Amino acid sequence: MEIFDLTIHELHEKLKAKEVSSVEATRAMLERIEAVDGQVNAYITVTPEQALVEAEAADKRIAAGDIAPLTGIPVGLKDIFITKGIRTTCGSRILENFVPPYDGTAVAKLKEQGAVIVGKLNQDEFAMGSSNESSYFGPVKNPWDLEVTPGGSSGGSAAAIAARTATATLGTDTGGSIRQPASHCSCVGLKPTYGRVSRYGVIAYASSLDQVGPLTRDVTDAALLLGAVAGHDPKDSTSVNTPVPDYAAGLQAGVKGLKIGLPKQYFIEGLDPDVKRAMDEAIALYKSLGAELREVSLPHTEYAVATYYLIATAEASSNLARYDGVRFGHRADDARGLKEMYAKSRAEGFGSEVKRRIMLGTYALSSGYYDAYYVKAQKVRTLIMQDFLNAFNEVDVLLTPIAPTPPFKIGEKLADPLQMYLSDIFTIPVNLAGTCGISIPAGFSAAGLPIGLQLIGKPFGEATILSTAYAFEKETQWHLKKAPL
Amino acid sequence: MKITRSEVEHVARLARLELSDSELDTFTGQMDGILAYVEKLNALDTEGIVPTSHAVPMENAFRPDQPADSIGVEAALANAPLRAESFFRVPKVIE
Repeated sequence: MEIFDLTIHELHEKLKAKEVSSVEATRAMLERIEAVDGQVNAYITVTPEQALVEAEAADKRIAAGDIAPLTGIPVGLKDIFITKGIRTTCGSRILENFVPPYDGTAVAKLKEQGAVIVGKLNQDEFAMGSSNESSYFGPVKNPWDLEVTPGGSSGGSAAAIAARTATATLGTDTGGSIRQPASHCSCVGLKPTYGRVSRYGVIAYASSLDQVGPLTRDVTDAALLLGAVAGHDPKDSTSVNTPVPDYAAGLQAGVKGLKIGLPKQYFIEGLDPDVKRAMDEAIALYKSLGAELREVSLPHTEYAVATYYLIATAEASSNLARYDGVRFGHRADDARGLKEMYAKSRAEGFGSEVKRRIMLGTYALSSGYYDAYYVKAQKVRTLIMQDFLNAFNEVDVLLTPIAPTPPFKIGEKLADPLQMYLSDIFTIPVNLAGTCGISIPAGFSAAGLPIGLQLIGKPFGEATILSTAYAFEKETQWHLKKAPL
Repeated sequence: MKITRSEVEHVARLARLELSDSELDTFTGQMDGILAYVEKLNALDTEGIVPTSHAVPMENAFRPDQPADSIGVEAALANAPLRAESFFRVPKVIE
């Protein structure tokens, strides 16, 4: 067992017992990044100097007896998180040289605990993608098979966990961007309820859907990292003022008598046989642990992808209007006049997936189409939310696959954006409903590729999905299997 | 056809995106396919359904109107592609 293999809670114990220093742990992680990230491309920017300064500060705190769960722990951040003095690209050429003047709230909270930031992680450009192929900084490779995508958009955040190049990472999830890569890389990824974690200092994609969450090696770490970043923030008016429970303390709650719903629309024909088998095994395990499983219905599931690609693109077209070459970001240097400067700077700065979504969103919001597309989608969103409310009147948690198939090959779905969008069918509804979901390792395909299991909770029901996930992890131990790297 | 090439050109102007001919061709085909797909929402009767803008009930978040620290002119201008004194410099606006 190397230092870089450890979980947050394992490394915490060693730091506390002074068996390992944060400087040693940080050096081990930086060496590991140096050794393997050339193959994986999980990092856009590595920050060794700052990391070692932070590690020394953490060691001083620990020596003084002041240690929080994340003190001295090497973490990576999706490059969507604004970091003071550290280049933040969001995977885009338009922000290639952007060095933010402040830290966002989630990052500030990690720093308050004394976490060590080792670098900024690769992602789909502006978090738009399901495969990490839209990054300006090149695709991320899946550590389980370097020809396969790690999923997206937080692909670097998931691949770094699987490659053991960060102890834990933060990602964001707008339509599945934490849970789907977690599933594809065999790690734990949690999308909290909308409003649970502040988005202040997180580059906006679709503001009614975006949430911040942890990607980790096990469920205990997800509980610790979520606890560190969750909570109300006066700087994010959409963050909700609800107390943050001690998620780690509640993990042992067990599943005896827990009502788990199986949405029939998620167990369809065409589900990959390996995924189906993993789900059947999970269902059998939960039964044997005393949970009560029953079928439920989410009748509007088939409309979720269409609803999402109208709402998310509309919001994106508005959010990304700020990239105009005036105050920060790329500016075309040969433009005549202001309007041409906008159009050229954006044309040069954005990649094709981002352009496509800005175009779709602009169309959906444009005069004559606003009611037919955008408002229609918002109404269907209401129906999808009601499906979840009705299901949660009957059950405590929903169990579903994360994706219809194991991770796909790099390049496989690039030519057909709609096919790529449809691969998010099981994660998107959770964002539309604004509730929470977690992906946990649930086995491997015949080809040895990871398969994830999704547990969906009631709004602000993170503690319940975490304890439900913990019960599964304790019995299966899939999370202990390491990628061959 | 859900969308024509000239409509795509119009949308690109609205979005302040200069697209090449081949991008216009590709996007016309792809947007047409995606718009045909989202057409399925019309199968649902949404008469009387209230649109959802945020999934969690939100109220306006008020705070006292008191001055607080800001990042300052130098930090705000540090990423400017072009500046002049304490301003962002842009090409001529009025033609």
